Amino acid sequence: YPLDALEPHMSKQTLEFHWGKHHRAYVDNLKKQVLGSELEGKPLEHIIQNTYNNGDLLPPFNNAAQAWNHEFFWESMKPGGGGKPSGELLALLERDFTSYEKFYDEFNAAAATQFGAGWAWLAYADNKLKVVKTPNAVNPLVLGSFPLLTIDVWEHAYYLDFQNRRPDYIKTFMNNLVSWEAVSSRLEAAKAASS
Amino acid sequence: MMMTTTSSLLSPCSLLPSQGPNRQTQWKRHEKRQFSRKVAVSGVVRAGFELKPPPYPLDALEPHMSRETLDYHWGKHHKTYVENLNKQILGTDLDGLSLEEVVLLSYNRGNMLPVFNNAAQAWNHEFFWESIQPGGGGKPSGDLLRLIERDFGSFDDFVERFKAAASSNFGSGWTWLAYKANRLDVANAVNPLPKEEDKKLVIVKTPNAVNPLVWDYSVILMLLCFAQNRRVEYINTFMEKLVSWETVSTRLESAMARAAQREQEGSDTEDEEKPDEEEPEVYLDDASEEVD
Repeated sequence: YPLDALEPHMSKQTLEFHWGKHHRAYVDNLKKQVLGSELEGKPLEHIIQNTYNNGDLLPPFNNAAQAWNHEFFWESMKPGGGGKPSGELLALLERDFTSYEKFYDEFNAAAATQFGAGWAWLAYADNKLKVVKTPNAVNPLVLGSFPLLTIDVWEHAYYLDFQNRRPDYIKTFMNNLVSWEAVSSRLEAAKAASS
Repeated sequence: MMMTTTSSLLSPCSLLPSQGPNRQTQWKRHEKRQFSRKVAVSGVVRAGFELKPPPYPLDALEPHMSRETLDYHWGKHHKTYVENLNKQILGTDLDGLSLEEVVLLSYNRGNMLPVFNNAAQAWNHEFFWESIQPGGGGKPSGDLLRLIERDFGSFDDFVERFKAAASSNFGSGWTWLAYKANRLDVANAVNPLPKEEDKKLVIVKTPNAVNPLVWDYSVILMLLCFAQNRRVEYINTFMEKLVSWETVSTRLESAMARAAQREQEGSDTEDEEKPDEEEPEVYLDDASEEVD
């Protein structure tokens, strides 16, 4: 979508900085880091898995994971997003969280309480949905689950539009931005991959 | 008013159930810095920490740090930490302690109690405002300069390394200059560098709200790093135009005095504390990556 397409919920200025500078810098720095190494030419997910090193992160991890996380984040939203999920996704949310509202609250709480920089996720593992929060660049791939949805709670994600009002940002994201279609497709892929 | 780092050790009491058999500690209640009791209109007694303003007007750091930044950073962020902290401690055992005591107690060897983030961030921010001044920057002098030259080779080398630490501190956190006096007998904390020489200046990076007080370092300077984009410019501006070397010098004097006092107090205090797994990211070498 165009950089201004998420307005008024996420401003063009935010996209210009967040995607155009922050995300770009992760990609540029990653390229420099892997140049000439055995990671060069490898897929992003491969690099992430190979540099996580059980939490004792190798230098390219932060840039690689952040590059991946941000791409995943942009694709987790759409203009005219929000509302409620449906179909299989809704059924599983109701099964694993009791109700959509309970899931909403749990996701909200995870995003609000991830102190400092990080992300909140809906993830799929062992045929179950769960909410996960991670610090800095960590993502569920390295924790053995399939990410389905994410919200970036690094301050740079919401500062221009919400300053320090992270709860307002989270609510806006859930109510107006999240792309349930993307989440549903990812769920299908995750189920297929695990069977 | 100068920020002093705590020198008291915490005695066994109901707050600290597990202290070990040979621990010799003394409880010293500090004058409660910033402690006030306010009786609200409804008659409910409220106690709590105050949001102390920076020691200069909010626009005094322009053009290097804008008034708008101070309005948000002090007026909203810092304020929120103090308010939330007060709500959290009201009516608990922590109510009435000094801020340093709350920070040290709630660090809980890295297994932080809920109040830690707010307490440490309140402490960190106050320390931060006092670390800068209008017309700051330049070079330190006296004892401070001497120690910097001794421990880093030269002032320029120190600046390079401090900046590199600040740029490579991924995510949210702080970069510090601290004075490390090698004492291991600190309740509820772990000295992460037992082998390092005594009494030297070190650069330390910490994540999120953590600060080196919890390892019994005397902090004398720090730099907040949460911003990502153009962080390098911010760091340069901080070093060249904002840092208050007078404040840093004063803190160093206090730190050295405390270290000397502790030495006098004795070699009869136990010192072996098995270090935890937790290791801070102490910046000792060249930066490996410049992230963002």
